[in-house]
Amino acid sequence: MTALAQPSPLPAVLRAMRRRRLVALSLPVLLLAYLAYVVVAFDVAGLAQRARLDNAAILLADSWSHRTHVTRDNRSGEVRVAIDGDRRGTYAPERWPGWVRAGDGATVVDLPDGHSVTFAADGAVTYAQPGESPLTIRVVDGKVTSDLSGPVPDWVSASDTRVAVTTEAGRLAVTRNKAEVMRTLPGWAMFWFTLDSPYHGHLLPEILFGPRIDPERPNLSGAWEDFWGNPLWRHGDVAWALGETMLMAFLGTVGAAALALPLAFLAARNVTPVRALRFGVRRVFDFVRGVDALIWTIALSRAFGPGPLTGTLAIVLTDMGTFGKLFSEAVENMDGRQVEGVASTGASPLLRWRFGAIPQLVPILASQVLYMFESNVRSSTIIGAITGGGIGLLLTQAMQTGKDWEDVTYYVVLILLMVFALDAVSGRVRRRIIRGREV
Amino acid sequence: MTDSSLPPPAAAEAYLALTRRRRLLGGVLLALFLASLVAGWRVVEERSAGGFLDGLPQLLDFPASLVAEAWERRADLPRLIWDHVPSLVETINIAAVATLAGALAGLVLSLLCTRGLAPWPGGIWIFRRLTDVLRAVPDVVIALVLIFVLGGGPVPAMIAIALHTAGALGKLFSEVTEAVDLRPVEGLASTGATWGQRMALAVVPQVAPNWLSYALLRFEINVRASAILGFVGAGGIGYDLRNAMTFGQGRFDVAAAIFLLLFVTIVAIDQTSARLRRRLVQGAVL
Repeated sequence: MTALAQPSPLPAVLRAMRRRRLVALSLPVLLLAYLAYVVVAFDVAGLAQRARLDNAAILLADSWSHRTHVTRDNRSGEVRVAIDGDRRGTYAPERWPGWVRAGDGATVVDLPDGHSVTFAADGAVTYAQPGESPLTIRVVDGKVTSDLSGPVPDWVSASDTRVAVTTEAGRLAVTRNKAEVMRTLPGWAMFWFTLDSPYHGHLLPEILFGPRIDPERPNLSGAWEDFWGNPLWRHGDVAWALGETMLMAFLGTVGAAALALPLAFLAARNVTPVRALRFGVRRVFDFVRGVDALIWTIALSRAFGPGPLTGTLAIVLTDMGTFGKLFSEAVENMDGRQVEGVASTGASPLLRWRFGAIPQLVPILASQVLYMFESNVRSSTIIGAITGGGIGLLLTQAMQTGKDWEDVTYYVVLILLMVFALDAVSGRVRRRIIRGREV
Repeated sequence: MTDSSLPPPAAAEAYLALTRRRRLLGGVLLALFLASLVAGWRVVEERSAGGFLDGLPQLLDFPASLVAEAWERRADLPRLIWDHVPSLVETINIAAVATLAGALAGLVLSLLCTRGLAPWPGGIWIFRRLTDVLRAVPDVVIALVLIFVLGGGPVPAMIAIALHTAGALGKLFSEVTEAVDLRPVEGLASTGATWGQRMALAVVPQVAPNWLSYALLRFEINVRASAILGFVGAGGIGYDLRNAMTFGQGRFDVAAAIFLLLFVTIVAIDQTSARLRRRLVQGAVL
C-alpha cells in the first residue's frame, strides 16, 4: 500500500540516464572541437611548408655515417684525404684508404656503384659513371668549364665559378681553387682514435698484448690517453658532463629531502598542533612548487652563473616543495598505535620517535626520494640545457651547429643508457625497501 | 617462571651481536653516503662559474632588480601580462593536447602490456619495454631533434611531451589495470564480445576514475614541461621568457609579468586538478 503511494523512481532514473547519455555524447564532440581549434592555433597546415625534410635526411644520414673528403688544391696540385674535411682526420699520404689511388701525378677516387673521379695530372677532373658518358671539368682562365654538350642533366649544376655533381654514389665540386670529392661511409669515424694518434687502426688485442706501438708510451696508458682525450669525440668531457648531470640529480634530490624533512613535520597535523604554523609551512611548499624549476633555474643562474651548481640548487628548491607535501602526508598517515605502544613502555619522546615513528616512515620516504631521483636524472638534462651544465649543454651545443649529428646520436645513446641504468638500480633498491617493510 | 619468559642468554647475545653488526654496517653506509655528498658538492662547486658562498650574497640581486623594474613600470604591468596571455594559452594547449594524445596512447599501451588482458600475451614484454623507452627519453631530446626538422613552434614540443606522457601513463595505467576485477571481462567474453568491447565495457569503467586522476596529475606536470621546452625554442610562454631575459641586459619588467602569469597559472591548475582528483578518487560523480 505505502509502496504504491510513493512516486515511482522510474522517471527520475530515466532523466538521469538521459542526462548521462547527453554528457557522454557531448564529451567527444567537445574534444573534437577543441582539437580542431588546436590544429588551427598550432598552424598544423603550415607545418608542411616549414618542415625541413632535407634536414631530417641530413640528420638520419649523419647519425650513422661520415663523409670522407678527397680534396685537390688546384694551385699546388696537392691532394689531401680527410675525414669530415677535418685536419685531425687527415690521412698520411702512405696510408690512404684503398679507394683512393695515386700514380703518375693522377689520383683516382673510386665511388660505389662503379662511379669514379679522376684528378688528372694536367688539372682536368673527370666524373665517370656507368651508362653515361664521362664528364670532364677544367679550369681555364679562372673559369670553371665542363665538356657538357646539350641540356644539363639534373645531377650536374654548373656555373662559371663552380661545377658540382651530385649522385647517389657521392659528390664532386670543382671551383677555381680546388676540386673536392665526398664519399659517404657508414659508421662513426675516428670514434676510438683520431688519425693523428698512432693507435688508429689497431685492434684492442694488439694494444693490450702486441708490441709497443708508440715508442714514447706504454700501449695501455697511451691508448687510454688518446681515447679519453680524443679531440673530435671528447670522451673525457662527455663523461664529465654525464657525471655532472647525475651529480645535479643526486645532490639536488638529497638536498631537497634534507630541507623538506624537518619542514614536513611542521606541516603535519598530528605533529604540529598550531594551525597557523601548519598553514604557513604548507603555503611555503606550494610557493616553491608553483614557482617551478624553470623560474628557479633562471633566477639562480643570475646569482651562481652557468654550471651544475645552479642546476643543483634549482632541483633542491623545486623538489623541496614536492617532498614537503609528500612527506607531511606520509607523517599524517602514520599509524599512531605503534607510537602509543612504545609510549606505554615509558619511553621518552625521543625514543618514541626512534622506535615508534621512524621505522614506519623511513621506507615510505626513502622510496619517494628514490623515485624522485629517477625523475630528476631526466630533469637535470633539461635544466642543464637551460643553465648550461652537464650533458644537456653538450646536447644543445651539438644541435645548434646543425651538423654534428653523430655527436647528438652519441649523447642521446649515453643519456638513455644513463637513465636506464639509474632507473634499474633505483627501482631495485626501491623494491627491496618496500618488500622489507612488509616482512 | 620469570626465567622462562626471558630469552636464553645465548639468543640474547646473538641478538645483540646482530644489532651491533647492523649498526656498524649502517654507520659505514651513512659515512660513505655523507662522504659522497661532500665530494659531489666539491666537484659541483669546482665546475661552476662561482662557488656557493660567492653567489649567495647575489641571490637576491635578481629578484630585487626584477621587483624594482616591475614596480617602476607598474602602470605597464597589466598590459604586459595581457600581452603574454596568448603565449600562455599556447603553452597550456601544448600540455593539454599532449596529455590527451599521451593518455590515449598510454591507455592502449597499458592494456597491451597487462597480463590477462593483453590480446597477444607474447607481446607483453615488447610493449613493456616500449613503455620504458618512451618514459626514459628526456622530452628535451625529442623536442630539440623535432625543432631541427619541423622548425620551431608548438608542434615539436607537443609531440615530445605526448611521447613521454604515453610512456609514463602507460606504466601507471597498467598498474591500475593489473588490479582490475576480471569477472566482468569473463562475463562479456562469454557473450562473444570482441577484445575492444571487453576493454571498453568491462575494464574501462572500473579503472576510469583512477586513470583520469593520473591523467590530471600528468597535465600539471606537462604544463611545467611545456613552459620549459618553450625556453629551448618550442614556442609558448617559455619562448617569450627567453626573449625577455636575453634582450640586451634583460627586460625585467616583461620577465616579471611572465613569472607572475606562470606562477598564478601553475598554482591555479595544481589546485583545480587536486580538487578534481580528490573527488574522482572518492568516487563522486564529476
